[in-house]
Amino acid sequence: MSTVAETQIKLTPEHDARPGASVRSRLQDLLPKIVLAPSFAATIVFVYGFILWTIYLSFTNSKTFPSYAITGPRAYQRLWRWTFESDPPSSWYTSITNMGIFGFLYILICLALGLFLAILLDQKIRGEGVLRPIYLYPMALSFIVTGVAWKWFLDPGLGLEQTLHQWGWTSFHFDWIKNKDFVIYTVVIAGVWQASGFIMAMFLAGLRGIDGEIMKAAQIDGASTFQLYRRIVIPLLRPVFLSAFIVLAHLAIKSYDLVVALTSGGPGGSAWLPSNFMYEFTFKRNEMAVGSASAVIMLMTLTAIIVPYLYSELREKPR
Amino acid sequence: MSTVASPARPASSGVSARTINRIVIYGLLALFAIFYLMPLFVMLVTSFKTMDEIQNGNMLALPQSPTIAPWFKAWGETCVGLTCAGIKGYFWNSIKMVVPAVLISTLLGALNGYVLTKWRFRGHTLVFAMMLFACFIPFQSVLLPMATILGSIGRFGVTLQNLTGFNFGLGNSTVNLVFVHVVYGLGFTTLFFRNYYEAFPTELVKAAQVDGASFFQIFRRIMLPNSMPIFVVTVIYQFTNIWNDFLFASAYAGTGDVMPMTVALNNVVNTSTGVVEYNVNMAAAMIAALPTLIVYVVAGRYFVRGLMAGAVKG
Repeated sequence: MSTVAETQIKLTPEHDARPGASVRSRLQDLLPKIVLAPSFAATIVFVYGFILWTIYLSFTNSKTFPSYAITGPRAYQRLWRWTFESDPPSSWYTSITNMGIFGFLYILICLALGLFLAILLDQKIRGEGVLRPIYLYPMALSFIVTGVAWKWFLDPGLGLEQTLHQWGWTSFHFDWIKNKDFVIYTVVIAGVWQASGFIMAMFLAGLRGIDGEIMKAAQIDGASTFQLYRRIVIPLLRPVFLSAFIVLAHLAIKSYDLVVALTSGGPGGSAWLPSNFMYEFTFKRNEMAVGSASAVIMLMTLTAIIVPYLYSELREKPR
Repeated sequence: MSTVASPARPASSGVSARTINRIVIYGLLALFAIFYLMPLFVMLVTSFKTMDEIQNGNMLALPQSPTIAPWFKAWGETCVGLTCAGIKGYFWNSIKMVVPAVLISTLLGALNGYVLTKWRFRGHTLVFAMMLFACFIPFQSVLLPMATILGSIGRFGVTLQNLTGFNFGLGNSTVNLVFVHVVYGLGFTTLFFRNYYEAFPTELVKAAQVDGASFFQIFRRIMLPNSMPIFVVTVIYQFTNIWNDFLFASAYAGTGDVMPMTVALNNVVNTSTGVVEYNVNMAAAMIAALPTLIVYVVAGRYFVRGLMAGAVKG
């Protein structure tokens, strides 16, 4: 491609009339598309093609190896049946209820904490330059590292419980990480720890973007600080709420590493999310069709959230 | 944190109320700073303790007799699965994977962004939307087909090896992971550059065109010199993402000598032979975290900007 780059052609409207030049200039016209083509083709094949492939597999009875004879929606029927199998809970039931708990709490707490910290930091704080990076650094860490650190911190025999016992609070009891009913909440804690600083940064950027005149005008009108935030600032932050929600929802549905590193799946798989379910069923339990079906369900969920968002984002400014 | 009283200007009436207000704010901020720093602190402190001190001491206490032996052990001796040669090999695996993957995906992203803003064609929005959506898909939905394809490529590589004595990198785990990360990172890098170039004055490009500059000349002479910030942002973003990836790494290079750092770390921590050496585990975790942490400390501003660019529309 660099050879094409070296050939200097005038792109002025009046092209040379010679045939050679017109081929070259046509090539020059096509060049942008040629440059973009490999990336676009890769996206088509490796994203959309592979998604179709996964969908196809979910309608077969593939076990350890892919089989390509369509056998109907059996995998989905099994997942559907498992959806209501709560006693004893099927892995799928556990995974999707965990997704509900984790998704709801993770998004809600991250938004609340992020907004709260951003408002606090926006009060002309000395040392903001020190505090902001401290809140945000977990985002630079791998979920595996986060998981290892929190696993240690939450371990009843080593971490917080042990420490408080040593300090004399012997009745303190905190073994969520070993408890199959509560282990998912430890994933929420570690997840919030990791992402809330980032959400804070998003809100802070939003706050800094608000026109100071509006704030001043409201203050002159006698609005209290609380009113100012509730009536004026937070409504103005709506786009940030939306972006933050999208980011968090997308992170939540994709969460996989954290569960593995923090809980190794939890006692009896009790900390699984659908992502873990997919991985285990596809690669460990030789239930490829069921694994694929669960991947399709994850994708559909994300699509339902992302596509309307992208559509409105890209439509808004038809430049 | 310095809970110094606020720079309270002596407002006529509510001085004390204001001071209390400031103290509460600083107190809360300090409390959250502790919350965010705690796990890192515990990890760091533990990695310098002896096992004896860990078992009998307090998690938050500073090491009585600091030792860097756990770090050396993690680097060169600890067991990952059955091989006990430390994590150094896996660290280099990650480096070898990250550097090419970041460079290729960033460069392609820059070119894509350039085309999608300055050389628009019919349907450019659709093309961009399709690439953008690819950023958000759960990778579980492409995991299995990619595994199948990589498997076939690997077998083809073996055939080539037998025929020509050289496999051209086909079937090599590092090459595979570079490929995977480039393909699934393209959406983000394209997004970054597209949004950045969107704000770049098109008149400049037009003027250069009239002056007879070609597609690549404009890119090299006009776009690139003005793209330094977004390059830094994209490189950092991609570096962090790829270094920290676990799903692809465990699916396509999950065992043996080819594991990247994250997978190896998870194995170190979950290796259950003999006594669990927490100090070594923590040192290993710190080593795995260091590259991204250093980047964050050195270029945090750009890191944040990258996250934002991915989240807030440009």
